This record gives sequence, structure tokens and C-alpha cells, in this order.
Amino acid sequence: MEKCEACGTPHQAELLKAVIEQSKSTPGCLMHILQEAQGIYGFLPMSVQKTIAEGLGISLSEVYGVVTFYSQFSLKPKGKHRISVCLGTACYVKGSDKILSEIEKELGIACGECTKDGLFSIDSCRCVGACGLAPVMMIGDEVYGKLTPESVKDILEKYRREEHV
Amino acid sequence: MSRHEHITTAQLDEIRARKHDLIAIRRAVHEQAEKIAEHSTYRKQVLVCGGTGCTSSHSMKVIEQLERSLRENNIKDVIVVKTGCFGLCALGPIMIVYPEGAFYAQMTPEHAKTVVEQHLVEGGHIVKELLYQGTVHEDGSIIPFGETPFYKKQMRIALRNCGLIAAEDIEEAIAAGDYAALEKVLTSMTPDDVINEMLASGLRGRGGAGFPTGRKWAFARNSQGDVKYVCCNADEGDPGAFMDRSVLEGDPHCVLEAMTIAGYAIGAHQGYIYVRAEYPVAVQRLRIAIDQAHEYGLLGKNILGLGFDFDIEIRLGAGAFVCGEETALMTSIEGHRGEPRPRPPFPAVKGLFGKPTILNNVETWANVNPIILKGAQWFSSIGTETSPGTKVFALGGKITNVGLVEVPMGTTLREIVEEIGGGIPGGKKFKAAQTGGPSGGCIPAECIDTPIDYDSLLAIGSMMGSGGMIILDEDTCMVDIAKFYLEFTADESCGKCTPCRIGTKRLLQLLTKITEGKGEPEDIVKIEELAAHMKQSSLCALGQSAPNPVLSTLRYFRKEYEEHILEKRCEAGVCKALMTYYIIPDKCKGCTLCARNCPVKAIKGSVKQPHVIDTSKCVKCGLCMANCKFGAIITK
Repeated sequence: MEKCEACGTPHQAELLKAVIEQSKSTPGCLMHILQEAQGIYGFLPMSVQKTIAEGLGISLSEVYGVVTFYSQFSLKPKGKHRISVCLGTACYVKGSDKILSEIEKELGIACGECTKDGLFSIDSCRCVGACGLAPVMMIGDEVYGKLTPESVKDILEKYRREEHV
Repeated sequence: MSRHEHITTAQLDEIRARKHDLIAIRRAVHEQAEKIAEHSTYRKQVLVCGGTGCTSSHSMKVIEQLERSLRENNIKDVIVVKTGCFGLCALGPIMIVYPEGAFYAQMTPEHAKTVVEQHLVEGGHIVKELLYQGTVHEDGSIIPFGETPFYKKQMRIALRNCGLIAAEDIEEAIAAGDYAALEKVLTSMTPDDVINEMLASGLRGRGGAGFPTGRKWAFARNSQGDVKYVCCNADEGDPGAFMDRSVLEGDPHCVLEAMTIAGYAIGAHQGYIYVRAEYPVAVQRLRIAIDQAHEYGLLGKNILGLGFDFDIEIRLGAGAFVCGEETALMTSIEGHRGEPRPRPPFPAVKGLFGKPTILNNVETWANVNPIILKGAQWFSSIGTETSPGTKVFALGGKITNVGLVEVPMGTTLREIVEEIGGGIPGGKKFKAAQTGGPSGGCIPAECIDTPIDYDSLLAIGSMMGSGGMIILDEDTCMVDIAKFYLEFTADESCGKCTPCRIGTKRLLQLLTKITEGKGEPEDIVKIEELAAHMKQSSLCALGQSAPNPVLSTLRYFRKEYEEHILEKRCEAGVCKALMTYYIIPDKCKGCTLCARNCPVKAIKGSVKQPHVIDTSKCVKCGLCMANCKFGAIITK
């Protein structure tokens, strides 16, 4: 499921237009619109940024500047299951770096990349606030805690199996 | 309840009276609670933690099962309440049954079913084996959880309602005391009264620097301007800190109330809460709370029918640590790159959208209601003279009771680690506590009796910070920890000013060099010199404090740096490049498994003969050690 910029559906374009119309009179609405747009498209391709810039009457460079400043905005498509390994302090002292390298090894991609089949992407994050369960990772909205390099394999396998059902 | 255009103070009283017993039972000690329960609508109340920690351990499945089993057993006089954090996150999901105060830990749906069938049924008994074992004496008697070492030394002011009320129910919040301070302020205090009370309380900002809250408010009040703003910093970016998240998840109304009070005091009518998008549960609870407050007429136009207007909007962050800095946060709310700007002008004069603005963090806001209700004198009698009140810490890392604790200022680190925290697991030795995150420093074992307050932490080279407290044991390499924090700040530096942008990168390079065994003696001097420049000339607190983790580890663990540089040795065995893999000849059975797994063929030996590792070829991948069935391979 390789995504490309031209793949945006008319429905997505309509949703984006509605978001811009709804928010554009609110002062400081750019971040909110970008967040909504990323929710619609899964990432922020240049064409989407252009639409937002035109809709708000600001320059594309201003939009691009904001997108690239915040780590949550992505210029590249992400996997169907977004893995986010916590590298916050509490997780780090409990070995989350080893969890991250195990996942990288298991999926054959580096942090920040997406697998060829579009199933998984890996990112690191700074603290999801579940330090009691360190080390933790999130896959989508699900938090997995008290991880070991072994348990990570089982969790990934679970997602792969679901895909084949 | 239908929509109230103007809820009256009498209606507030009616809600308080109606819900009084429910809350009183949870607050009372054992016998008292049972007495109140005799007249209560509900025979028993089951409180289940719905905070992020317990939700991640599947507390929602426990709630579902509880409700299902209660239905199946036709039990109608037991209520299930989804609360915020109880504090003991490592033992989640946690569930407390009142009026007994039975504290169940590590619940599963099966356990929930058992508790319903054996405890919650008419004439049932506490299921002892499922209780948090800290509440069960050796002789089998049960102590109230408030008497356990974890809770005994705590004093909950900011967290007063966390784990006590249903986080998504405004009526429970009102019954527990929320909005009573707002009522008092709007009915009997002038804006100056409010500011004087805050000044007299001596409350200092809980976000890090500890600036007196009352003074901030007074500046903003005295600033000229028809439009002013009140902001809440809920961009808790310090990794390992989750105090603010827990307050938002457990008692969101206390923040809304306090911001409204501040609006009244400084003459603002609009508030913004800037919250991390990484906290979906907190955002959701805040949204619900704001909607309910509108519905009840406690937010919006003409609050309580007393003529004051105030409204609050949520703004989501997008993952930038620097946005915890006040000017950067405001720039981000305005929809720009979250870069800080020079001060002065301070936000109290020229802040959000160029208007006078006050910004306090969540925990600071959580202290406002008790100060207004119980008075400044009461508040300043708690804690130490220069740091009154309590502080919430997120205790994490190598500690038994990982979780959230609130203690009076002046409590020693030893009390927190050994008594409340339950010590270091696995019989390991306490090495240091890291406070203040990437801006703070380490408190070494020799300073374990330091009372924790703003000034004594500064004096020993750390800082209070927002309240993350990571406990490190003997297996932690201090050079590696310093490098970890520098990686963080180098990554999060916004790039606007040179000392921070280049300085963090250069510091990180020096530290990396040392952990890779390439360090030279003059590197320490270079680090100290560079750190001094960064502290002096960076634009905002991020850059000014970025060298702190290095400087404080250098101060207390200089020997470790020297061992890395001069002896090429990492005592804790963390820095891979400084480790040597070695096969103990007596333990090696010559099974050849290690040699077959070695990717660079660095292991030689014949079958049934002890093998040897050629250290010049070894790439230190650790595969041999992971594969050895006899524990014959060690690192030195």
C-alpha cells in the first residue's frame, strides 16, 4: 500500500476543506488544522500543505516551517501499525534502547522508517507517562508495558497474524 | 441535569449535599466510613483507576468484567467508579472497595469476577490473596492502605481528589470541593484579596524554576490592557514526569476552577490549556470537564450568575520539548514554530498575542483551591520556610514502588527512596536520584539526607524541575546518563540561538567520544568551559540548563569520567566499547555454540575444550553471551 501524494481521495480533500473553513477565523489555528489534516491523510504531503497555505492566505514556507518544527508532523507516510518506542528516562534506564534495536532487527528497518508492505513503522518518543510499566511502547493507541526483547517478538507476531486472518 | 444558564450557589450546595455521603465514605477511616455507609444509597463502592498507567495494564477490562458480574449476580447496590491515579502505578490495575478500604492490586478480569462473587455479594468477605500484600500483616490482619509505608508519609494537596472521585463526573468533583474556592472568590473576595492571599501563601511555580505565583499574578494585574490571558502549561515534556498528566486525568476541574480564579484576579476572560498530544486520556477528560463546566454554568458567560465571564480553550502540542518554556509555549499557541523569544518583556507585560498573560503549570493550578479555601497561613505552615506546601514526584527507574507521590517540601530523599519508594529492587545499591530531567542533575548517595526543596536542590547542583525523579542503581553508568540527556537536548534544541544549537551538539560529541573509549584528559576541561558559555549565553532555559546533567555528574562522579578516559573502563558495564568479553575456562564445556554464533569468527577452540575470544576481532555484539548455556561468558 505505497501511498503517494496524488492518492488523496476527493473525500479527503473535502474533509480538509471543511476543517480549514471551520477553523480559519480562530487565531493560531494552523497547528490545529495540521493535526486534523494529518488525521485525514496519515501524513502531510506537500500538496496538503499547499492547500492549507492557500486556505489560510499564508505562505507555504510558513506552513512547512511549522510542520518540520514539531516531531509529530510527518512528511512521509507511516505504517498501518505505528510503533512508538518510549526512550524517556524511566524507560531508558530499564533498557528501552535494547527494545528499540530488537524491533528494528525484527522488522529490518530503522527507527523513522516504514516497512515495504506498509504494515509497520517505527518511531521513538519521549515518555508516554506510563513510567510504572517501563519499558513501554505504543502500537497505535495501545500501550504495551514491561517489555523484554522476547515479548516484543510475540507482540509483533500477533499483529502479523491478524493481518493474515 | 439540564443545562443551567446560571447555576446558583444554592444549587451547588444541593449537589454537595446529595453527593456528600459518597465522597465522605471514601475519605473517612474505616469504622467511620462504615457508619456513613449504613445510610448511603450504595452498600459498597468500587473505585477502579482509569489513569494512563492502569489503563495500559487493562483496567478498562476489569471495569467491564465488574459490571458484567454485578449484573449476573443481580447486585444493584454496588457502584463502580472510574477514577484517576492512585499513585502506585507499578501495581496496576488498582481497585479499592469502600467502605472497607480494601486495596486490590494487579487486577485481572478473572480477579474482578472473584471479588464480585466473594466480596461484593451480600455478606461477602474481602479476598485477602488478591489484596496489595503491603496491606496484609503476617498474622493475616488487614491494615488500611493509608497506613502502608507508601502512603503514610505522603500528604495530598495537589492530588487531593486523584483516585477519590469519578474523573468524568462534575457532580463528584463539586462534592469533593471543586468550585467552592471559585464560589468564595466571586462572592466575597476582590481581585486584590485573591492576589494578596496567593502572595501570602508563598506558593512557588511547580513547573521548574519556582517563581512565586502570587508575584506573577500581581505583575499581570498591574499590566495595562483591555485583553489579558490565563494559560496553563500542560506540556509536560520532561521524560519520566507524569504528575501533571495524573492531575488532568484525575481531577481536571481543579485546573479549570483555578484558571477562572486567576482570570478574575488579573482581569482576563480567556484561558488556554496547552497540553501534550501524547496524553490522549488527559485531553479527553479535559474536553469532558470543559463541556460539563459549561453545562453547569461554571464556565462561560456570567459564572454562577455573579457577573464574571471566563472561558477556556484547549490547544494541543505536537511534540516539541522547548514548548514547555513559557515564551515558546505562547508562540506555539499562536500557531507558529515554538521558538522562545528574549525576555523582557515578560509575558505578564507582553505575552500571548502580545497581551499581558500569566502561565502556570498544572500542579501549581492544583494548589490554588486549597489555598483560597483554607487560607495562606495554613498553606505556608506546610513544608519549609522558603518552599511552602507539598511537591508531587513521579518516582521511576530502579525503585520498587514506581508511581506518583506527594510529600511536604523538606522531606528527605532518603524518606522518599527507602520508605515511600520501598528501596531498590534486586538488592542493588542506590547510586543517585536524577531530578529536573534534562535541565536538572543528580543527587548522589552521599546527599541522600538532603531535604527536598527548591533551594537545597539548587545548592547541590540539581533542581526541582517539574517533579520527575528517576532512581539510578549501581548498574547505571553516569557518563552514559549524561550522554542520554544531551542526546535529548541536542535533539530538542529549537535551533534559534547558537550557544544551544551548537553547544548541545558539541557537548554530545565529547560525551560520545568518552563513552566510546576515545576520550582524552583535556576533554573534561573542554566540557566545563563549553558548559559555562552555554549557561551564560543561551536564549532560554533549555539551553541555559542543558549542561546541568553533565556538570552535576562531573561534580559527584568525576572518578567515573576519569575511569572512562584514562583506564578505558566502564565500571557499570554499560558502555559497550569499553567492555571485553571473556570466557571463564572452568565453566566452558566446549559445546562450540558461541563459536558458531559469532558473526566475526572471533572465538576459537576445539570441541569439549575451553574456547577463547580473540578480543582484537570481537565486535562486542553479545551474541556469544546470549547463547552460552553455562554462563561461562562474562564481560570485564
